[in-house]
Amino acid sequence: MTNLTAGALSPKEAIGRVAATLRRRRSAELRFRFWGQAAIGLALGFLVLLFGAIFSNGIPGLFQHYVVLDVELNKQRLDPQGDMSVNSLYAGDAEALIREGLLAALDNPTGRSNTRAARGIISSGSAQRLVDFVYANPNLMGQTVPVKFALDDDIDSFLRGFVDRNTPEADRRINDTVIQFVDKLVASERVSYEVSDYLFFGSASRDAEMAGIRGALIGSILTLFICVLISFPLGVATAVYLEEIAPKNRFTEIIEININNLAAVPSVVFGIMGLAVFIVLFGMPRSIPLVGGIVLALMTLPTIIISSRAAIRSVPPSIRDAALGVGASKMQTIFHHVIPLAMPGMLTGTIIGMAQALGETAPLLMIGMVAFIVDVPGGVMDPGTVLPVQIFMWADFAERMFVQKTSAAIIVLLAFLIVMNASAIWLRKKLERRW
Amino acid sequence: MTDTTMTTNAAMTETRMEDRILPDKTIGQVHVEHPRMTARAVDVHYGTKKAIDSVTLDIGERQVISFIGPSGCGKSTFLRCLNRMNDTIDICKVSGLIAIDEQDIYDPSIDVVSLRARVGMVFQKPNPFPKSIYDNIAYGPRIHGLANNKVELDQIVEMSLRRAGLWEEVKDRLDQPGTGLSGGQQQRLCIARAVAVSPEVILMDEPCSALDPIATAKVEELIHELRAEYTIVIVTHSMQQAARVSDRTAYFHLGKLVEVGETKQIFTNPVHELTQDYITGRFG
Repeated sequence: MTNLTAGALSPKEAIGRVAATLRRRRSAELRFRFWGQAAIGLALGFLVLLFGAIFSNGIPGLFQHYVVLDVELNKQRLDPQGDMSVNSLYAGDAEALIREGLLAALDNPTGRSNTRAARGIISSGSAQRLVDFVYANPNLMGQTVPVKFALDDDIDSFLRGFVDRNTPEADRRINDTVIQFVDKLVASERVSYEVSDYLFFGSASRDAEMAGIRGALIGSILTLFICVLISFPLGVATAVYLEEIAPKNRFTEIIEININNLAAVPSVVFGIMGLAVFIVLFGMPRSIPLVGGIVLALMTLPTIIISSRAAIRSVPPSIRDAALGVGASKMQTIFHHVIPLAMPGMLTGTIIGMAQALGETAPLLMIGMVAFIVDVPGGVMDPGTVLPVQIFMWADFAERMFVQKTSAAIIVLLAFLIVMNASAIWLRKKLERRW
Repeated sequence: MTDTTMTTNAAMTETRMEDRILPDKTIGQVHVEHPRMTARAVDVHYGTKKAIDSVTLDIGERQVISFIGPSGCGKSTFLRCLNRMNDTIDICKVSGLIAIDEQDIYDPSIDVVSLRARVGMVFQKPNPFPKSIYDNIAYGPRIHGLANNKVELDQIVEMSLRRAGLWEEVKDRLDQPGTGLSGGQQQRLCIARAVAVSPEVILMDEPCSALDPIATAKVEELIHELRAEYTIVIVTHSMQQAARVSDRTAYFHLGKLVEVGETKQIFTNPVHELTQDYITGRFG
């Protein structure tokens, strides 16, 4: 027999040793807490930097400079056919009327160089703007009314102070005459700085002052619509089948491994697949939201399947027992109890998947959604682009004002993301409250 | 000093348990005059492990029979065979014959859904659906199409809750979630849910193990009342409960049905040594 008390400490000795370890434990805890806080602080710091960079560029990008000109809405010149139709208005001479209004505002300078300088001040899309204005307000025809036009992006960036007037004339994008004219317009209080209507209602354009995100926004909405329409039912059905119905054998194991691997496949690979299968093999058109949505759906499927399976697994077995116990069939148990209880978790997975899809650029480049498309897509079969691709394209343009447009588009993208997530979370809360 | 005594005691119990041999044949009356359910030579395997070994037992009509025995003795497994809840476990294989009203419940022509409508079940942990009290009760009748209209369904719900002795407590809050009730009320809600589909047999798997003594007393009282209309099989760890609520008692040990008989006889005059030791609290 061994001595049972060998090596045992008296209570007093034990207290002493515990006290010694206590100090070590406490300092370890404090160190751990410090590192944790430091990590969070660093993450927050980067977040602040990120948002600071986006918002300091993006907020001014939401605004632009406009000039108000008194334009004579001459019936004969604006509407040569006299029927106020769009065709007639576009055939009219809106551009000359605007030019006259502009020159009048500049006290009618003479000489070719002066008129050419004046012409460059306002946006090249002004004629279209006047046509739209007249079309919307036909009763103003014949009068001379103040109409607001966008300034050219070079003038806009000059007014924002991006162009130093002290640099030699040859090194500036705008010459002294233009600066003199702009100063005159500012002095006569014709220039205003307001929220850009082109940004939200315009589409792709080479001119920074007219470039807008409407086409890309609609393209994103259509693409995501297709994406969620395909990936959510397919993902949930797959998850339910694998969790509740499929026998556990080698075959389902292989499927499971493949789904998990699919989640780790780089997104551009899905783009190549989309190009090879849908466009080359099936002959679908390029650049359409339908193909984009299908490709993104395939990309988000693994995310939705994996999170839906986790949600289904988290439904307590006692609920299944209860349903089976009163005589519900397997299908009834799944549809009446398991899916409703797992739905919040499934929606969370879908939100994550959709957020990924919304920000995805690479696969869409592969299927041609990077094309320069001015028209807003009217349906899933119309060529279009999406917000992140639009941002990518704008970031590529050289003009100074596109930098701000890019950040402004990023803000819109983030806002879209927040709206999307908030509505999904609201939906989830609502579903949870049903119980 | 105390330690030594305990060790010796444990050692003694162990040697004595090994000495005891499980009987080849169940001791006591396995057959009854009016059986509702019959089990003949039922074996249950979990994979290669035998969980139930050749159990033969009749379950009498409008009787309460309780299954007792130490943990892992197979009483719950056997209970879950009676309404084929074991079907959900892939590796579980049942052989032998189990019949309700002389109809083999494992026959391929039997739909497990209709079987479970006839043999209801109440589980160890109260498991109301996360729905309203009303919907908890109405779920079974709805899926089986027992009510032709809302009025009939209301009647079924009220009747079931009355039978479970819960009506007075919940009649003003039928639209509130069933999960908001207390543990004992939840268990009675589950009994009401089982009753709502008008089963012939109700299986109860340790229905009071998660309840306090007062709630337990209420459920036991309820079992007393339900006996008039239903055949009840109850698995319990509490021998007092078995003695209080059941007409017959079956003692399981290591997958075998050791002894079965009138509850009074089992508790006052057990035949087999294992039964004797178990009910006197020497092990288990």
